[in-house]
Amino acid sequence: MRNRIVYMDHNATTPLHPEVAAIMRESLSLFSNASSMHTMGRKAAGRIEEARQFTAEVIGAPADQVFFTGSGSESNNMVLKQLLFTSGVPGPVPSGERIELITSVIEHPSIMETAKFLAKQGVTVHFIPVDENGQVSINKLKERLSDRTALVSIMMANNEIGTIEEIFAITKLVHEAGSLMHTDAVQAVGKIPVNVEDLGVDYLSYSGHKLNGPKGVGALYIRERVPAIPLIHGGHQERGLRAGTYNTLGIIGMGKAAEIILRDGEKERVKLKKLREMLKKGIQESIPDIIINSGQDRCLPGTLNISFKGAEGESILLYLDLEGIMVSTGSACASGSLDPSHVLLAIGVNPELAHGSIRFSLGLGSSEEDVDYVLEKLPGIMSKIRKMSTLY
Amino acid sequence: MSDAFNWLYSEKVMEHFKNPKNILEDEQSFEADGKGEVGDIRCGDHMLIVIKVKDGKVADCKWKTYGCASAIASTSVLSEIAKGMPLEEAYHIKPKDIVEKLGGLPENKFHCSVLGDRALRAAIEDYYRRNNMEDRITEEEARIVCKCMNVTDKDIEKAVIEGARDMEALQERTKLGTVCGNCKEKAAELLHEYLHLYG
Repeated sequence: MRNRIVYMDHNATTPLHPEVAAIMRESLSLFSNASSMHTMGRKAAGRIEEARQFTAEVIGAPADQVFFTGSGSESNNMVLKQLLFTSGVPGPVPSGERIELITSVIEHPSIMETAKFLAKQGVTVHFIPVDENGQVSINKLKERLSDRTALVSIMMANNEIGTIEEIFAITKLVHEAGSLMHTDAVQAVGKIPVNVEDLGVDYLSYSGHKLNGPKGVGALYIRERVPAIPLIHGGHQERGLRAGTYNTLGIIGMGKAAEIILRDGEKERVKLKKLREMLKKGIQESIPDIIINSGQDRCLPGTLNISFKGAEGESILLYLDLEGIMVSTGSACASGSLDPSHVLLAIGVNPELAHGSIRFSLGLGSSEEDVDYVLEKLPGIMSKIRKMSTLY
Repeated sequence: MSDAFNWLYSEKVMEHFKNPKNILEDEQSFEADGKGEVGDIRCGDHMLIVIKVKDGKVADCKWKTYGCASAIASTSVLSEIAKGMPLEEAYHIKPKDIVEKLGGLPENKFHCSVLGDRALRAAIEDYYRRNNMEDRITEEEARIVCKCMNVTDKDIEKAVIEGARDMEALQERTKLGTVCGNCKEKAAELLHEYLHLYG
């Protein structure tokens, strides 16, 4: 019935790079525990340290400041939940103690929900608003920063609309206030150049499966001498910061993926931006009454978020799916909740248009033919939906 | 066959989603005898049903909807069920009748996307009003949700209309679930459903 699959959901997850798949396949027999002292154990440990070099280099960090975790979400949780232990809450807080958390209203659920959980435990959490492009308000941040701020966590790039935040400028302010700075860079690493020395951040989270590596492995950069508390206690893996037998295969895969980004990243970015612009222009020219939700300048190269008036996102997604095109939507219908995307609402998109939003995210393997195919199918789908819509 | 749909929706839903039946293409020239509109755009579902009536039967039934795949499919299948049906019978079509015809729907889709029965009911009531047949309009039968405090689904609906937006507010107004608490899950489902309609 259909003969083509076009994957445009790379912000959800990415396919394994063929070279990553190959090295993981070759390493399948490497079963030994990397903490074992014998030859086989040391062999696995060596491969892990090799992977750590590349995983660190891709963010411009020294290898000994990068720690492997199980996911980007785990890295985020590890940084934020420190506040529970270091601040001494629950209980009365002595004055002058740094206890507050500042984050933004457009963070990923692994920051958002963790922040809400901390708030329930008694940590004061401030959520900073964003402008219509999704840029965190520097002025509002300044107002909230004080000698009570322990940590600021702002994402480097947004998963839904692709906005790239001013992490360098924000970090400078945060440090001037004497606080620590974390950035969730899960969507940024691999898609744009990231360098922890240039940014100045104290913590940075990233993930294997978002950079054409495997799922089940993430990493956390922790600057030298800043506080860190393990989320998982046990053995002394990762210098006591993350217990649990090493995910050797996953780590090898993530290391290879990082190595490939160092080699091909720039070329890939140029290509994706060109394809994204082609797709955007094509949609603008062939479909009326659309609103582009992703930013113009400071935006991830492969991300395009568009709202279609009078059409609901889940039905757009599923009609595209019937044609073999994979995308995602900010509609509530697709998530099972009552509200559409919190990110789109935060940048001032009205609920109807938020329900009618589609995110196209391009990546490894995306081609001009893919874009042409989407542009061939989408206009017909939109007129079909709009013809039966009460709102068009 | 598309494998993507296998886990998400039934074949029947896919069939109606791909080829929806009885779409209202030109509202002006349809000359409806009754018209019903339900849903709340903020929740992502909105629906319009128009009917023609002849000899006490639904002679024609057309619709438009802004909504997800199951909203489109459930309205499409409802229009097929209703066509040719005696008015009184069509007036009492329940969401479960639609869902049965569709071969089932995922649990989380049941409450929010099956609005068709309400829209059809509203269209029939509109017809009754236009033709001085208000006596045919009946209150939907209330079902007891909380046995301890004798709270019905109608009471919950009323509380939501009057402003209850969460379980706490709902309990404050109706006192449901404050004794044995067995009904709270059911009440939460209804709350979710009514928030969709009136939220």
